[in-house]
Amino acid sequence: MKTIQELEEIRKNTLDRVNQRRDRNTTRIVVGMATCGIAAGARPVLLAIMDEVEKLNLKDVIVAQTGCIGVCRLEPIVEVIRPGEDKVTYIKMTPEKARRVVNEHVVGGKVVEEYVMHIVDGKIINDYTVEKD
Amino acid sequence: MREISLHIMDIAQNSISAGAKNIYIEVYENINENILKVTIIDDGKGIDSDILDNVTDPFVTSRKTRKVGLGLSLFEAACKRCDGGLSVKSKLGEGTEVTAILKYDHIDRAPIGRISDTIVSLILSGDIDIKYKHRVNDKIFEFDTKEIKKTVGDDIKEPEILRWIKEYIDEGIKNIDGGVWE
Repeated sequence: MKTIQELEEIRKNTLDRVNQRRDRNTTRIVVGMATCGIAAGARPVLLAIMDEVEKLNLKDVIVAQTGCIGVCRLEPIVEVIRPGEDKVTYIKMTPEKARRVVNEHVVGGKVVEEYVMHIVDGKIINDYTVEKD
Repeated sequence: MREISLHIMDIAQNSISAGAKNIYIEVYENINENILKVTIIDDGKGIDSDILDNVTDPFVTSRKTRKVGLGLSLFEAACKRCDGGLSVKSKLGEGTEVTAILKYDHIDRAPIGRISDTIVSLILSGDIDIKYKHRVNDKIFEFDTKEIKKTVGDDIKEPEILRWIKEYIDEGIKNIDGGVWE
């Protein structure tokens, strides 16, 4: 059984970390959570990201949610904004892809090109993963 | 949507967009009477009465970016498909109440799904308090973020705390034989 004592234990352990968090160097991971995103499977993606952030004990990362980003056919969409860098938009995400993005991009600093939305002359021209198949 | 819990999440996201501070969610598996009832009540800004009449029309929405809004329409379609229906009551400035009724054993009824995932996702998406009640006939499981905050303080978005909440809800619903994954 889950008990409140457990919860108090957790609180003691997390308290220090909360205080350490500084906003300046924070990476933001944003998941689209409108009807389109939810229907396409954004919830498991969001929870996979949370899980990975916890597992890797990442301190300067905020996982946030947003509404419809406007390209519903490409949902689930995840945006990664590292401090001082341009926003990167990942499309057609799955929990597995999301974990890879956390590991390689958020931690490693290397964009996972295969999942990124490509825009040429103002048009979204491709879905890289489909073209590759 | 593949799960009722995803519909719930979608509707509750509307509540958050409407500036709600408190959201009450109830899932009532009234198996004796073959009814699944889902209620979502918020204290958001409410819906204008002239929009309210057509609120489940996909081409009625209050958002400015596009002219379509599908959340309530999809949930209503899911209810009607299962010999049920959806009603929306609202008062401007007070809040909104969405009630969905579905025939419990209807072949087209989606499973209730992962309620715990929905609640954790909602906690992550805004500064809101969520009260959840799950009933299976006479058995009741209740969860309230306000209770959690009494123990751990206002910041309950820490991963370890969310994990605890998720497991607590899964366990609680399982204990009353609620349909989690079906």
